[in-house]
Amino acid sequence: MRIELFPERCIGVGQCVLAAPDVFDQDEEDGIVFMIHEKVPVERRNAVLAAARLCPTVAIVVHDD
Amino acid sequence: MSNMIATVPTFPLARECPIDPPSWYADIREAGGPRLVRMFDGKPTWVFTRYNDVRAILGDNRFTTVPSTPNYPMLSEAREAVLGLPPTLIRMDPPEHSRLRRMLTREFMVKRINLMRPYILGIINERYDAIAAKGGQIDLMEDFALPVTSTVIAELLGVPKADHAFFQTQTRRRMMLDVGAEIPVRASKEVLAYFDKIVAEKEADPHAQDDLISRLIIEQVEPGHMTRDELVIHADFLTLAGHETTANQIGLGVLNFLENPDQKALLVADPTLVNGAVEEILRYNTIVQFNGPRVALEDIDVAGHVVKKGEAVFALIFAANRDPDVFACPHQFDITRNADAHVAFSFGVHQCLGQPLARAELQLVFSTIFGRFPNLRLAVPFSDLVFNKDHVVYGLKAVPVLL
Repeated sequence: MRIELFPERCIGVGQCVLAAPDVFDQDEEDGIVFMIHEKVPVERRNAVLAAARLCPTVAIVVHDD
Repeated sequence: MSNMIATVPTFPLARECPIDPPSWYADIREAGGPRLVRMFDGKPTWVFTRYNDVRAILGDNRFTTVPSTPNYPMLSEAREAVLGLPPTLIRMDPPEHSRLRRMLTREFMVKRINLMRPYILGIINERYDAIAAKGGQIDLMEDFALPVTSTVIAELLGVPKADHAFFQTQTRRRMMLDVGAEIPVRASKEVLAYFDKIVAEKEADPHAQDDLISRLIIEQVEPGHMTRDELVIHADFLTLAGHETTANQIGLGVLNFLENPDQKALLVADPTLVNGAVEEILRYNTIVQFNGPRVALEDIDVAGHVVKKGEAVFALIFAANRDPDVFACPHQFDITRNADAHVAFSFGVHQCLGQPLARAELQLVFSTIFGRFPNLRLAVPFSDLVFNKDHVVYGLKAVPVLL
């Protein structure tokens, strides 16, 4: 599972932080999404997929490679 | 129904029941594709009701939200007049929208709002004590929901709490559909004049208080990123958007539980259900009942129907949130369903900026209110309740209860 972020699309509503708080966080300065750790354990896959699905601006894309 | 399909109806259509959307939305969904309607001024508009279509339109920046665009669908003369006033970011497209939105994003981010939770809970408990002391018949809107939400947003912005009554009166005037142009425009101008005064006071010494308006003066207006007029209209907008909407969800949410005692029993027995319950309240009531209007900036294919350049659409979030293909038995209030993917806060770049604050307030209210007042019940028959059918933001005019 590879997670691609598009911070330029992010509007900072924090849906990803609610869906996967151990994976995504928001920058203190501008509220834009970033990943807490570069690698995400495979058992968090469903939470990450939920974050991607809930994101209103498709700023999180999950690749299966 | 057949008659309705054959003719071109005028939007919006009345609800048959105060809790559910017009059954006509389901008729459109089942017929497939969008339906043509006419607005009050006769202009044609396409209405989309399927969840996937609504998300596709709201997530597509080729549909503009700028009200001065030709054919932009207006709900009434009053709304047309209000939308003719200087626009806030919800009536702008990127990149103008993105510039202003980014200046506000940080203020409402989840972790900042979460730090406010103890303060918000304190305000809620104060109001519980106040209504318990008052006794007798309580109006949950006037005596509880509106004071809570308006105190919280006033604290965040740094607006005097003593001015709540002024806002509440003016807010309702501004949201009415069928009152002509003068009443909502005058109310809007009075509130903008009020915020102009507030901003002037804070400009005199922006370091005197640490609040949202003062921070924006220091960080955005003084360096020239935001104009003073933009600050005034957005301070007004945040106040308006921040109290009436959440207060209405509190009033309707309490009613949802009183009308569905099995759901109330579930929540009381297991308070960890509260987060899911709040998403269900948001989905079920979808108070911004006529969102969202858009105009196509080019020919755009939406699930096989091409919306032509310049044509108007309504991507109806209320209809999408009751789409049975996404939410099984959509007209049932079920706090155990996963309602997370609702579009009550809209979708795309205009999704609600204040949603972390709305969630915090609603979660704190619904995790405490039935524990504090286990016998909370309506003081009047359901049929006597009065709903804001004629407002752009749906809700109850009053929620008369006994504690």
